[in-house]
Amino acid sequence: MIPQPLVELHGWGRASGTMSHLTQIDSVADAISALRKSDHRGVVPRGLGRSYGDAAQNAGGTALDLTKMNRILSLDASSEPATVTVQAGVSLDHLMRSLLPFGLWVPVLPGTRQVTVGGAIAADVHGKNHHIEGSFGNHVRALDLLMADGEVRTITPDGDTKTLFWATIGGMGLTGAILEATMALQRTETAYFLVDTDRTADIDDLMERMSQGDENYTYSVAWFDAVTKGRHMGRAVLTRGNKAAVPDLPVKLKRDPLKFVAPSLGTLPEIFPNRMINKATAKAFSTAWYFKAPKHRAGELQNITQFFHPLDMVAEWNRVYGPNGFLQYQFVVPFEEDEAFRRCLEMIVNSGHLSCLNVLKRFGPSNPSPLSFPIPGWTLTVDLPIEQGLDKFCDALDTEVVGAGGRVYLAKDSRLSAATFRKMYPRLDEFLEVRREVDPTGIFNSDLARRLQLNTPATGGAA
Amino acid sequence: MINAVGEPQSLLLLGGTSDIALAIARKYARAGLRVVLAARPSDRRTAAASELSGLGCEVAEVDLDARDHESHAATVEQAFGGGDIDIAVIAFGLLGDPEQAWHDPDMALELAEVNYTAPVHLGVLLGKRMQAQAHGWIVALSSVAGERVRRSNFVYGSTKAGFDGFFLGLGEALRDFGVRVLVVRPGFVKSKMTFGLDEVPLAVTPEQVADAVVDGIKDKRELVWVPGPLRVVMSGLRHVPRPLFRKLPI
Repeated sequence: MIPQPLVELHGWGRASGTMSHLTQIDSVADAISALRKSDHRGVVPRGLGRSYGDAAQNAGGTALDLTKMNRILSLDASSEPATVTVQAGVSLDHLMRSLLPFGLWVPVLPGTRQVTVGGAIAADVHGKNHHIEGSFGNHVRALDLLMADGEVRTITPDGDTKTLFWATIGGMGLTGAILEATMALQRTETAYFLVDTDRTADIDDLMERMSQGDENYTYSVAWFDAVTKGRHMGRAVLTRGNKAAVPDLPVKLKRDPLKFVAPSLGTLPEIFPNRMINKATAKAFSTAWYFKAPKHRAGELQNITQFFHPLDMVAEWNRVYGPNGFLQYQFVVPFEEDEAFRRCLEMIVNSGHLSCLNVLKRFGPSNPSPLSFPIPGWTLTVDLPIEQGLDKFCDALDTEVVGAGGRVYLAKDSRLSAATFRKMYPRLDEFLEVRREVDPTGIFNSDLARRLQLNTPATGGAA
Repeated sequence: MINAVGEPQSLLLLGGTSDIALAIARKYARAGLRVVLAARPSDRRTAAASELSGLGCEVAEVDLDARDHESHAATVEQAFGGGDIDIAVIAFGLLGDPEQAWHDPDMALELAEVNYTAPVHLGVLLGKRMQAQAHGWIVALSSVAGERVRRSNFVYGSTKAGFDGFFLGLGEALRDFGVRVLVVRPGFVKSKMTFGLDEVPLAVTPEQVADAVVDGIKDKRELVWVPGPLRVVMSGLRHVPRPLFRKLPI
């Protein structure tokens, strides 16, 4: 293999790029060969680069570009549940388009369809239905994992390989490279949703309504205003829905109830300066977004893009933050710590750091993975442009989150310290134990792994 | 590596007891920051280590003797022993008495070795390590004295002229490997190096130099003057004809 040139890789936040040797993988043999040829800087699997921070980059080492491993290998539509086996580089967009004609549905969808199945498993992504369906890993039935010793092993959630399986769910690509996955699917009659929208007056109103009514909906999420202070702090637009059945559709849509509607508004050009998100634009956006929503509307029919992935309509939307980039801070605190949750919200609103895309949700039960992010509780996400003072502000949020027994989501993170990370993930040692066993010399490595000291002692990592 | 909000995880200070190096370390100090202090063993180094430990840093002390070229490779090896280095600062240097320096061959040689030969040798070694890790910054503390060498301290000035040129060039060479070099040109810095000398206009403190380094890295600059207006002053001085330049009280 010809040595690959160094290219700059960064996450979706565009804030901490480094140079890696990006190696395109077209076959399992390619992947094994790249692994054998890697040096002490190691390898990390990479998909569509939608993690926000430094998870899928490996300064001075190799990044395996798995996006060409994008075939759907087999579909068993008759079993219950139906299952599909795919290569890791298949995007959720491709998978959804392929499955819908069979009346099959991907059980967990994050905020974008432009992620690979391998990445969705490695980050154990969640969607609006976490409180009912759990995260992506809950639906995986088997994985083919390329391990540090060059062997490909099939691992499953139960049985002998369950420890390695669950360490791989949410394991950020550090137990090996996922090459194939088999997952359980759901059935659906339509590609539409019946959505109830409510505008809430403030944060208390919002949390009250979510606590009361979420169980009646498969999907629930709130956008909230993170700019307005005082009496209306935390005012929000709560949207909740369920899959629509054919009788729910108007005649026109009944002809093709499984139609995949994914309009595109084009690609955002690279013309935005830093500070595009400023006091004036953030205030205007937040006010408009709030009042655009109806005070209460029940049973509105929405398509996939409207309901799940409005941002997918605009390609490269992260450019709006300008060349300095941004970070996404997503944390969760247990339900009983709702006071800490309110304090975090207050800190954000009063910080002077401006966020427009703010998401609030209630998580359901977690799964057996040691590094999976969701735990039962309130989760909140804000998008913060990189600015002076953001380091100290995020540290202050960390302190509050750790104090409440909460944690930050690794797929979004680009700045946590190793010590804080350890406090947030009490089962870290279980994960490191697995890693020591399957990858004693730390062949799988990434900028995130170095930053959070997830390496085995042999490579000078874990404390 | 330096995270999304500009916080490094590790610092290497070559000349780890210099006022400017320590001022830079204080700016970045936070719980868990790894700092490698490379300097000759001394009470000053011990004191610096305990001060930075007190700020929550994990400090390692490594021996550095600028004039012992043979030892440089081992020094750099040790410095990278704990993992990647995000920011390496070359902060050691010698001012010397300017008149003695051009009369005393030993002193002239010492200035040339400490201020030029050793930084070049260490710069190559650091560059190799940084190239392999494909990220990181080398901060080279140059001086305006090297920008246009003056009669009043030309031995020192000439060493800094060479130093400055080498690190600007190294920065260009390493760019394609994801490694950046920041050359810093302070004017007169009130520090132990200049203790007892008469102050000049536009004099700065080590803290001001450290601020300029932090900002320079944040803004991904290659070259900064401290204070900023010195750039304009030097740009003017560079073009003053020699007969007139000779008569200037500088």
